[in-house]
Amino acid sequence: MNVDFNFMVGGEAGQGVQLAGFLLAKALARGGYHVFADQDYESRVRGGHNFFRVRVKNSRVGAIAEPVDMLIALDRESITLHKKELTGVTVFDGERIKGIGGDSLFSVPLERLAGDKLMSNTVALGAALGLVEYDFEILAKVLRDHFGTGDVSQNNIKVARAGYEYSRREFKGEFSRRLRPVNQAERLLLTSNEAISLGAIAAGCKFMAAYPMTPVSSIMEYLAAKSEDSDLVMVHAEDEIAAINMAIGAAYAGVRAMTATSGSGFCLMVEGLGLAGITETPLVVVEGQRPGPAVGLPTRTEQGDLQFVLHAHHGEFPRAVLAPATVEDAFWLTVRAFNLADRYQLPVLVLTDQHLASSYATVDRFDLSEVTVDRGLLFSGDEAEQLAYKRHRITETGISPRAFPGQGKALVVTDADEHDEAGHLIEDAGMRTAQVQKRLRKLFSLKKEIEPPQLYGPETAETTLIGWGSTYGAIREAVDILRKEGASVNMLHLDQLWPFPAEGVIDAISRGKHSYVIENNATGQLAQLIRTETGKEVSGRILKYDGRPFTPAYIAQAVRKEGC
Amino acid sequence: MVTIADYAGLEPTWCPGCGNFGILKALNKALVELEIEPHQLLLVSGIGQAGKLPHYSRGNIFNSLHGRPVPPAIGVKIANPELVVIAVSGDGDAYGEGGNHFIHAMRRNHDITYLVHNNQVYGLTKGQASPTSDPGFVTKTTPYGASPPINPIALAIAGSATFVARGFAGDIDHLAGLIKGGIQHRGFALIDILQPCVSFNHKNTYSWYRQRVYELGEDYDPSDRPGAWGKAQEWGDRIPIGVIYQVSRPTFEEQIPALKKGPLVSQKLELAKVERLLDEFR
Repeated sequence: MNVDFNFMVGGEAGQGVQLAGFLLAKALARGGYHVFADQDYESRVRGGHNFFRVRVKNSRVGAIAEPVDMLIALDRESITLHKKELTGVTVFDGERIKGIGGDSLFSVPLERLAGDKLMSNTVALGAALGLVEYDFEILAKVLRDHFGTGDVSQNNIKVARAGYEYSRREFKGEFSRRLRPVNQAERLLLTSNEAISLGAIAAGCKFMAAYPMTPVSSIMEYLAAKSEDSDLVMVHAEDEIAAINMAIGAAYAGVRAMTATSGSGFCLMVEGLGLAGITETPLVVVEGQRPGPAVGLPTRTEQGDLQFVLHAHHGEFPRAVLAPATVEDAFWLTVRAFNLADRYQLPVLVLTDQHLASSYATVDRFDLSEVTVDRGLLFSGDEAEQLAYKRHRITETGISPRAFPGQGKALVVTDADEHDEAGHLIEDAGMRTAQVQKRLRKLFSLKKEIEPPQLYGPETAETTLIGWGSTYGAIREAVDILRKEGASVNMLHLDQLWPFPAEGVIDAISRGKHSYVIENNATGQLAQLIRTETGKEVSGRILKYDGRPFTPAYIAQAVRKEGC
Repeated sequence: MVTIADYAGLEPTWCPGCGNFGILKALNKALVELEIEPHQLLLVSGIGQAGKLPHYSRGNIFNSLHGRPVPPAIGVKIANPELVVIAVSGDGDAYGEGGNHFIHAMRRNHDITYLVHNNQVYGLTKGQASPTSDPGFVTKTTPYGASPPINPIALAIAGSATFVARGFAGDIDHLAGLIKGGIQHRGFALIDILQPCVSFNHKNTYSWYRQRVYELGEDYDPSDRPGAWGKAQEWGDRIPIGVIYQVSRPTFEEQIPALKKGPLVSQKLELAKVERLLDEFR
């Protein structure tokens, strides 16, 4: 039987919504379920309204769904605000939140069972899993792993058990849906920020500099915490300008280096991006989009920076832009980003967004034997050759062998000014032309490395839904929904956006009747890119720019309206 | 053996008589005397006439953006602490465009030497006021006179730099000594260098400086912070040159456990460690 169950944990900032949601997701993942969880939070430390959705299936899941089967309400507002999505039951503390009436309410004395306010969220977690008759021992183990071996851990397990037993005892037979562990499948539960961090470590990244900014701060925090485990240094720089320039310095010195930021931080980094361009320094920049312009909606999601990252900086130089589709893709594309950066000696942008950055998903364990580290063309020569080394030697491919400073007698000279082959600044017209051509020539071979967009569903369909980046899971499920209704629909999804895989796109959109782009922005930036790069116009645009992610049902409805 | 010939770089394009020539000579002299070979050295620079200096010396060279020599210098130093890292900047580059980097590099105490060619005017853009121009200095962009200047020495002491010195481009031997001291110092070393600009600053000339600069004597104690602060305020008829402030404090690089095993650039990737990290997400 198909399981598809949605939990929502709601409450104020500071009530432990995020932790309860995460532990719930972890407990269910440990029991063999596929889990997708997202977070909705406001730009404040205390108060307001936050929620954490955990969708549980016994098959692949890559998106949230709106209907809520069980609301775990830690405050009154969570009950009133989510009435419209609630199709199931509510777990709340009737001793604290008075005057709530209606059906499907399960009042659990969360605070009384917790003994103090602090652990109410843990009691609620136990109570919720009691209602669906989940295996308590799995939850106990998750709590132990999270809180360690001390009193805090013991107390949390104790109160979670109290909540669990309260549900089993008091509500026996009152709730019919069950979630029982399915098997012991070894999956990982993580966010795409964690996947990017792990991808960077696995790719041998040794240096990161960044400035905290939602939604990418957790990459900084993870890498800082794992510095000794991964021989990686994370520097919390004074600003984004310093961050990108530090990373460029480290990369020039010979280590793999990265930075991460969001749109307005990337605005500050743009100057440095061009420095990486002209000095041909490999660099990975993670750009976690959020709604702009300026501060916009700081804790929410958007895909509004595609055209920006494609064109950021003055002048002309090659770059690559990758946009992870899923948590799993975030890991593999980060590895790929480092390889492309080294092979072509240029900046590579990993374009993600708040939705993907902070969403948890279960993934099959990354097979590290599949990770390849390709440092590209490295210089090796005897002492005479070292003394004659030229960092920006003009070659047929545009790629010059890299030497690292201090690793031999070769002097590695480079310049933000236009330079000659040896790296010294010049004004000469002929050399300027030759260096521009050399840099741009790298695009020819880089283009061949970009994989064609992924097609999901039948090879030929009347309607093709086209998306990029984090919308993958939602569009894919919308295709499933529509196909079940008999519609002829497929999906074309791009996670490698530049150099643009034009042929694959032309091929896919030429076959069907309708082609709709689905984008979390107001102007259809992928549609513009498709037109510029293929000369083709898509037949429609399904756009959302309210700061919230797409759901499969939302997309399916919009497609029905457009006609398919 | 390292000789001065090892540091013969490209032909400078500076104006004849520029103070930069003295700084270049002093730097090369210091490097030779410390027996640093060019391949062991990284010169990072920003933009301005000072930013061209690395090309006229020799070494690994990273000529970066305007105001930004310090951040890449930091990145290089962390990736490979075995390199001698010297950042070269001017007063506009260091104290204007790059002010924020300057402040924070001092605070974190990265082990780099920062040479700031301070001619109190913009040279490359032809004669505008700089952050260190004398108050009232009238230029094309400051027709009503420049605002009071930044005091780099006082700023560096306040900013917890661990080596703060002032040199004079007209006294090459003394300046070479300061640069040697800065390189040997463990931590962030600022050397602010008074540099006459023969084209655009007709006030702070060689003779103007010569009449005023004096070397700090043996009796001066650079480890005394209040004393150094007082010395930093001296400007006008008498201008002190020498090491004004120096203390010892662990460098940023020394405090990073991941660097204890050797330079990052020679660390190998161990996938077994990554497997252990993956385990934490089960």
